[in-house]
Amino acid sequence: MFFSMFGAVESGIIFAIMALGVYLSFRILDFPDLTVDGSFVTGAAVAAVCIVNGVSPVIGTLLAAIAGFFAGNITGILNTKGKINPLLSGILMMTALYSINLRIMGGQPNIPLLNESTVFNMFDSFWGQLGIDEALNGLLGSWGVAPLPSTWIVLFATIVIIIFVKLLIDYFLTTEIGLALRATGDNEKMIRSLSANTDSLKIIGLGISNGLVALSGALIAQNDGFVDLKSGIGMIVIGLASVIIGEALFGKKTIVRTTLAVIGGAIIYRIVVTLALRADFLDTGDMKLISAILVVVALVAPKFISTMKDQRRRQRKRTELNNKVKGAS
Amino acid sequence: MLNLKDISVTFNEDTPDEKKALQDIDLTLGEGDFVTVIGSNGAGKSTLMNVISGSQRPDIGSVEINQKNVTLLPEFKRSMFIGRVFQDPMAGTAPSMTIEENLAMAYARNKKRKLQKGVTKKRKELFRDYLLTLNLGLEDRLNAKVGLLSGGERQALSLLMATFTEPDILLLDEHTAALDPSRAELITNLTGDIVKRFNLTTLMVTHNMQQALDLGNRLIMMDKGQIILDIDGKKKQELTIEKLLHEFKRIRGEQLDDDRAILG
Ligand SMILES: Nc1ncnc2c1ncn2[C@@H]1O[C@H](COP(=O)(O)OP(=O)(O)OP(=O)(O)O)[C@@H](O)[C@H]1O
Ligand SMILES: [Mg+2]
Repeated sequence: MFFSMFGAVESGIIFAIMALGVYLSFRILDFPDLTVDGSFVTGAAVAAVCIVNGVSPVIGTLLAAIAGFFAGNITGILNTKGKINPLLSGILMMTALYSINLRIMGGQPNIPLLNESTVFNMFDSFWGQLGIDEALNGLLGSWGVAPLPSTWIVLFATIVIIIFVKLLIDYFLTTEIGLALRATGDNEKMIRSLSANTDSLKIIGLGISNGLVALSGALIAQNDGFVDLKSGIGMIVIGLASVIIGEALFGKKTIVRTTLAVIGGAIIYRIVVTLALRADFLDTGDMKLISAILVVVALVAPKFISTMKDQRRRQRKRTELNNKVKGAS
Repeated sequence: MLNLKDISVTFNEDTPDEKKALQDIDLTLGEGDFVTVIGSNGAGKSTLMNVISGSQRPDIGSVEINQKNVTLLPEFKRSMFIGRVFQDPMAGTAPSMTIEENLAMAYARNKKRKLQKGVTKKRKELFRDYLLTLNLGLEDRLNAKVGLLSGGERQALSLLMATFTEPDILLLDEHTAALDPSRAELITNLTGDIVKRFNLTTLMVTHNMQQALDLGNRLIMMDKGQIILDIDGKKKQELTIEKLLHEFKRIRGEQLDDDRAILG
């Protein structure tokens, strides 16, 4: 139990980077961008090919993010300059990326990364000296937890990365350019009348969004130890699920709060899926169905709850009034 | 300051729906001119504003601002020196962003937007000072989302955002029409104050004849895509609603009735 939860939190944090990207396009830019399914794999593929060819994993990961950035740019150009509707722009780009990703992967639908150097294991010897693994595992072992995780570095590294990404996004969205970006999704006509080039802002915004998605893909590949051409299918739903669950559970009053909520949503999503898969009648093939159901629940439940609350409030008012009338007569 | 030459705009040309929205418009505004624009529905007033702001390209003719030909300059570039307030109070502000963030976006209008904080301590002070002049208490609500403000408050904020960077030209298109009478009066007064304070070259469209007479130093009347009346200076001051209606009848040879809706 602990072991599978540990894995869920680890990958939940990495997927949170992707969810933040989806948050930028869907919520900030109000642009339902389906490029995600493709750009996630683009990131994974670029990083994997770099690593297999002996490039430093750090550089490979950065190149992956840049590749995702360009993919998002193209979706933005299709929409703004080609005047193609947002959904279709994303679908076209996602479809094109499928072939491009296969090209990047040298025609193979799968690249294994076992025994390769990755961002997570390249610092192993340094990490080993710190003795954190022994300390934490010793503590857990004394409580009778088993089996124990083989290393804690992935968890620590992903926490550092996600905090960094979150703070960067929070800051960016308060800069002059960031404000204009938010206004582009909020009231495009208005920000254009304030001399902002909304076309460029959309192109940049979608670039950043897909850059994050590709970064997430690159890290997932290195954590899983392989890239699969089809691993991006349904990614957009996972991203949306994380955003919607996070917003519903943790609120969305301010940007700072919402980005935190989205990260929380991504982790909770992973945990729920992991728990669901433990049920005997479900197997990994049911993942997408579970995702879809989760999104539906997260969308419907808050409205349902608030209607219920409202009804109860009105009921109470009515009883109070009735009692008053009775008391007066 | 503003120079329009031979502007024509036709919508749906060569179809049964063909509409000559503007026909050979020539108009020159000097610095500090405050021109009120009246005319019946469909006269072409909004189209004229859109041609100046760049959201509508003229079929023929040229637009010059400060002796610079801007006919082909895209809308967002032109808006560096043109401030606008729309009829719809929802149109001029970003509802899910705060008052100070909205002001910060307006503040960046005539500069290049950078990766520096939009709202700084210093700017907050500045925004507070500007908001004080509105007398609506908004200076104490810098962190409130604009979507929570009333229509009148939003329109006052839009007006401030359109003007405090002192644009070369201010365009107001029926910016009080969606408000109740008392709010409309408030915004009308604010408009007069702000235009005077910053000495802005202004075009204001209105259906309220009294407002058109009270404000500004010059009045133009449009009909069927043409400017049919242009009165300024002392003659404008002596103008009354009766005289205007009479003028219209003399020029057009027809009665201007309430159905034509020139009266607000
Ligand atoms: N985008 C468009 N496509 C087709 N016709 C248009 C378009 N915009 C305006 N028109 C037509 O051009 C004419 C002038 O419209 P405009 O909006 O400039 O009038 P207006 O003077 O602002 O009227 P109102 O007082 O009702 O706002 C109208 O007949 C209108 O139907
Ligand atoms: Mg109009």
